[in-house]
Amino acid sequence: MNAFTGTGGLVRLILRRDRVLMPIWILVIGLLPLSLTSGTAELYTTDEARQGYINSLGTSPLLTMFYGTNPTEPSLGALMFWRAATGVVIIALIGLLVVIRHTRVEEEAGRRELIGSTVVGRHANLAAALVAVSGAMLLTGVLVALGMMSQDTPADGAFAMGMAWAFAGILFAAVGAVVAQLSEGAGAARGIGIGILAVVWGMRAFADIDERVSWLSWVSPMGWIFQIKAYTANRWWIFALLVVLVAALAALAVSLSARRDLGAGLLPPSLGPAEAPASLRSPLALAWRLHRGTMIAWTVGLAVFGILIGAAAQVGAELVADNEQLRQIMERLGGVSAAGDIMLAGGFGLLAVAVAGYGISAALKMRTEEASLRSEPVLATAVSRLGWAASHVTFALLGPAVVMVAAGIGAGMMRGADTGNVGREIGRSVAGTLVQLPAIWVLVGLTVAAFGLLPRLSAAVGWVALSICLLLGQVGALLQLSQTVLDISPFTHIPRVPGGDVSATPLVILAGLAVVLIAVGFAGFRRRDIPVT
Amino acid sequence: MENAIEVEGLIKTFGSTRALDGLDLAVAKGEVHGFLGPNGSGKTTTIRILLGLLRADAGKARLLGGDPWNDAVALHRRLAYVPGDVTLWPNLSGGEVIDLLGRLRGGLDPKRRKELLERFDLDPRKKGRAYSKGNKQKVGLIAALASDVELLLLDEPTSGLDPLMEEVFRQVIAEETREGRRTVLLSSHILSEVEALCDRVSIIRLGRNVETGTLAELRHLTRTSISAELATPPNGLANLPGVHDLQVDDHRVKLQVDTAELDSVLRQLSALGVRSLVSQPPTLEELFLRHYETETASR
Repeated sequence: MNAFTGTGGLVRLILRRDRVLMPIWILVIGLLPLSLTSGTAELYTTDEARQGYINSLGTSPLLTMFYGTNPTEPSLGALMFWRAATGVVIIALIGLLVVIRHTRVEEEAGRRELIGSTVVGRHANLAAALVAVSGAMLLTGVLVALGMMSQDTPADGAFAMGMAWAFAGILFAAVGAVVAQLSEGAGAARGIGIGILAVVWGMRAFADIDERVSWLSWVSPMGWIFQIKAYTANRWWIFALLVVLVAALAALAVSLSARRDLGAGLLPPSLGPAEAPASLRSPLALAWRLHRGTMIAWTVGLAVFGILIGAAAQVGAELVADNEQLRQIMERLGGVSAAGDIMLAGGFGLLAVAVAGYGISAALKMRTEEASLRSEPVLATAVSRLGWAASHVTFALLGPAVVMVAAGIGAGMMRGADTGNVGREIGRSVAGTLVQLPAIWVLVGLTVAAFGLLPRLSAAVGWVALSICLLLGQVGALLQLSQTVLDISPFTHIPRVPGGDVSATPLVILAGLAVVLIAVGFAGFRRRDIPVT
Repeated sequence: MENAIEVEGLIKTFGSTRALDGLDLAVAKGEVHGFLGPNGSGKTTTIRILLGLLRADAGKARLLGGDPWNDAVALHRRLAYVPGDVTLWPNLSGGEVIDLLGRLRGGLDPKRRKELLERFDLDPRKKGRAYSKGNKQKVGLIAALASDVELLLLDEPTSGLDPLMEEVFRQVIAEETREGRRTVLLSSHILSEVEALCDRVSIIRLGRNVETGTLAELRHLTRTSISAELATPPNGLANLPGVHDLQVDDHRVKLQVDTAELDSVLRQLSALGVRSLVSQPPTLEELFLRHYETETASR
């Protein structure tokens, strides 16, 4: 028996366990470029039209941050490789999370132990997770390529794009395999992995908005993916770099795994206090303990992101100020006053969707607590169901508020450093982040309602709703969907701040809707059986 | 005597599974009541209904004179619960969980907490994810036992404990319930534990109560095994009421007899002339296996 005996069987186990989840994300990600491309192809039929589109978007540093540097030719394929770059981050995130799900999560739950006692090699579990996820990623890449070819783009470019996407996923699957070895808890492993993703993405973003540091793009593996430049340069040799890096990461994961005990991490576990602090005496205090780590991480991360947006707004303001046509386009896209404000408001709109994801996951903490049976002993004490749920919901509502304010302060500080009035800019930026809250709260409320009424489906409801909002916000206008459809997303109703006209009505209606949804969730939770597992 | 727990005709269905099918249960104040039954017979479901976590479809449940569903919070101040599988927050230390659960219940006695930590030999500084199964169980037990409550609901509380700790648990429960200070509902599969601690037991099967009583009463309902050597070849034994599994080998005889019919069988034996006699009272294991096996047979 060697260290990889049983890998095949474990791959089948992973496929069996993910038989619903995996096909869903393969299809959604694999078909995303196709749907985007067919929409774009109808709207922008000629090279001139596409070049105009590229020029209009490409001058915004904020969008360069997300999409990378402009394509060098206006072909449909090149435009789509550029415009759909957010998908690369999503697929990387999936690769990371799925590998952690099948390695560290299994180990933490003690299931790996059961598997390990059967005829499987020491590294079979890790290898199986990597093989299964890499296979799924390649399949996704092939779907992307076929989808692009169906839109009459050149086959070589289509495959370069598909494989670029696949390798973004495979790369972060390998990163996931490494970070899964580091800590005893899956939560910490996810945190480290997402941190790495943020750093390499940020390096690439920085390299793309500032030419002086464009070399950073070659330091960051995320930069390599963008540098493949499908349809234009088609740099196939970058895949050789990626293969070497993935192999090195996999080897690192294997050697780390060989060096530690089952269940242990490389980072040593610390001892806690023997007695609880005097403050830990209410369900709210417990909820704070359970939510604070994530909340602090998001606050720091979004403050940094706010600074980036503030910087991008400054560069954008200078560029757009010179170009009347651009100004009009930017006005259609977002705000209606100064160009810097337009950039800020647009940036906050993007952040808000991400922060809604945080709000939803904070609300779903209740579901995790219930399904892991940790809620049971708490609810068997003199804590009411309502008190328990309200404690968690408090952080699902307040957390996003704190995080958005941090982003607003970050952006305002950067903006103020340029305009010379820090106090005023911080105030305006924070207002801009705060107006987003009612839309975020609606999604949190929807998740809470689902938790109360359909606990088993609550995660699906929350994430599907967020995906719909994300899609409508990102591609809705591009696909010229009707306003009625766009209005489904609460974010459509948020006024552009700073710079736009603020009408309180939509904010009040959205906040009211959030309150109603949460009340419905609480009412359902008070009546239903606990635990539903 | 007033009952701490009173359950009548409780019915609970999950989808197409009927977990409780007209369950009756009465636990008197101050007694330690054993709650037994095969896996999946509805013990945990019953306890969750008593905790007001599940809502019964039909039937009556009273707990400490209140309604478990409507008066949950007030009742929970007066009881402590230990699940069979204590799950802890990975990043909270055992000591923090003990304090938290105690405070949420309305306070715990620090002296008692310290004493229990020593007796159960638990390091309260470890984080939740670092504890073994048995140590997690200890965290739940200490949190419950350090609280000054009238009623303990224990759902297989000693699963995963080593024999030494099992013994500590028995001592603590015995001390706690002396003079009827506390009422305990103890769901368990460990028969020696039940025998050592319980005043009365209820055996449930397929969501129904099949037997309730003191252990002596339950023993009475089972069979005694007898093997004897007789002066004359045995006859007429097979026709006696209550005789089972009769084996005759020349002058030797082996049989099982319902304890209620013991007297008449002994008379018949002595009439035949007894040379030697071995009689074994039913063990608890036999008692339970008989109830548990009927279930398998009836399926």
